Amino acid sequence: MNNLLLECKNVCKNYGQKEALKDINISLPSGKIIGLLGKNGSGKTTLIKAINGLLSIDKGEILIDGKVVGTESKKIISYLPERTYLSMHEKVKDIIEYFSDFYDDFDSDKAYKLLDNLKIKADDKLSVMSKGMKEKVQLVLVMSRKAKLYILDEPMGGVDPATRDYILNTILNNFDDGSTILMSTHLISDIERVLDEVIFIDDGKITRYEDADKLRDESGKSIDEVFREEFKC
Amino acid sequence: MKFNNEMPIYLQLFQRLALDIVTGKYLAGEKIPSVRELSVMYKVNPNTVQKALSELEDVELIYTERTNGKFVTEKKETIKNYLESLAKEKTIFYINDMKDLGYSLKEIIEMIEGNE
Repeated sequence: MNNLLLECKNVCKNYGQKEALKDINISLPSGKIIGLLGKNGSGKTTLIKAINGLLSIDKGEILIDGKVVGTESKKIISYLPERTYLSMHEKVKDIIEYFSDFYDDFDSDKAYKLLDNLKIKADDKLSVMSKGMKEKVQLVLVMSRKAKLYILDEPMGGVDPATRDYILNTILNNFDDGSTILMSTHLISDIERVLDEVIFIDDGKITRYEDADKLRDESGKSIDEVFREEFKC
Repeated sequence: MKFNNEMPIYLQLFQRLALDIVTGKYLAGEKIPSVRELSVMYKVNPNTVQKALSELEDVELIYTERTNGKFVTEKKETIKNYLESLAKEKTIFYINDMKDLGYSLKEIIEMIEGNE
């Protein structure tokens, strides 16, 4: 059986004159938590959107579990976008119903249980929640699917350290062997201890793809430090 | 537990668990928590826990019972030897540091006795 969950082959994407992705080649196995690390504007979100089929690529090929990007690939990817797409006026229970309608692999019981831990009630509306709380609700929704690939785009952007801890713990608690989590971030020091592998992306190119502990061992530095040194402005 | 991000995390977890075994937090023959439990407990990736456990297995501090999970070795001798090797290592480090400061072995011993 093919253990590769995600393959990007010679992927290129241009926005007009600007080359956003330059010949990206990566193969991600299943069963890992992988960090996609890059500065603002390095191409993280573009790559993530391409994998999710939200924008078309100009060259190359993306395969998810051997399938080209499309309806079938979307069924096995649970995606947390950088910006919310949830309607602020809906109640939690309506959103959960919507998710279970939409995704065959959505586990409503699990979602309610996780929300209950956060003291969020079914009748609560998103519009009355704080930014951190909304982020948590979205993460709960994404992690309540039984997907093969979870893609989290900046899951910890703009939230306080306690919320970051909650988010990390939720990710860890709900990660199971058969799946892979790809998460992008520029807040490296907060998440590096949970990463198996790291991908560095800079100016639309992959500059590193390595085992996190191996990189620490070889450099004697934290991933955060290696990153800062390589991408000094 | 606070991890140092500059050292492989699995190695730090291995050292932590080895210490827990030699100091009797986990007793000889006792079942140790599952990969998932340890991953939640130490807030690290399950693969990292797996790597730390396989190192512990290499030094024979734990063993796997195929369906039941992982257990601390029943050989008290192995645990004792590991404890002694840790103590020895720390002693050598200490002596070397003191020698770098210009102390002789005799002076080091006097120093230890004076500080007990």
